[in-house]
Amino acid sequence: MDPREFQYTFFGLLIVWLCVAGYALSLALRERKLKAELERVRRMVEKN
Amino acid sequence: MRQNILFLMAAVFTGILVWNMNTVYGLPQQVQNVGAYKIIYLHVPAAFTAFTGFFAAMVASLIYLGTSKLKYDAFAGGVTEVALVFATANLLSGMIWARYAWGIWWTWDARLTSMLVCVLMYYGYVMLRQAITEPTQRARLSAVMSIFGMAGVAFVYQSIAWYRTQHPSPVLGFREGGGMGPGLEAPMYWNFLAMLCLAVILASVRMRQAQFATEIDSLRRMAHNH
Repeated sequence: MDPREFQYTFFGLLIVWLCVAGYALSLALRERKLKAELERVRRMVEKN
Repeated sequence: MRQNILFLMAAVFTGILVWNMNTVYGLPQQVQNVGAYKIIYLHVPAAFTAFTGFFAAMVASLIYLGTSKLKYDAFAGGVTEVALVFATANLLSGMIWARYAWGIWWTWDARLTSMLVCVLMYYGYVMLRQAITEPTQRARLSAVMSIFGMAGVAFVYQSIAWYRTQHPSPVLGFREGGGMGPGLEAPMYWNFLAMLCLAVILASVRMRQAQFATEIDSLRRMAHNH
């Protein structure tokens, strides 16, 4: 296989995985932030 | 528990995708003298997954407009965001193939341009949802935008049949003039199925986060009222 062809195929497939993995990571970070915020607001309501 | 099941499902479907890519690795290096063509085994399923998501969002938006139930709006918002990830992946992987096959990253032909416009429109949809804080107004405006967006998706799908584009004409057997050859299309459909399942998992996580956000809002209101 032409090394150039292999490189392009590799990066063409990799970019799809990177997009999905990047989004999954952003979801995980967002979830952590939301849970912390939910806990904080719950405590605030309980204090009141 | 629910989260663990979702992560397990994600791992299984990612596993199917990886296993299927092993099948793709064994396919001929070139088809019809086209090199680096194996990119389409993720490029096309990503597009199909995105289009399915946009279509599901449009259906949910129509139901929201008919019923005014915010759960349909939350569904449309979550699904569109996930579909957008796959649409972006489709565009980027296509650009890499274009660089190899045509020597350029981009050309303003009907398929590429319409897909770019479509993706930008849905990024606009996501930004619109973040910009409007009032839930009913946000739901109504984004539902209308989602319905209009689907017209863009239909145009993207048909553009290679309507116009003579630099983008390859239909390659899949079920479209007029398409057909890759025996055994070459099946892995693409398997990848589509696996990607679709992955998208469902991501969308369900995203929708649960929308529930958290709603709960935070209502707790905040409760705290302010005291």
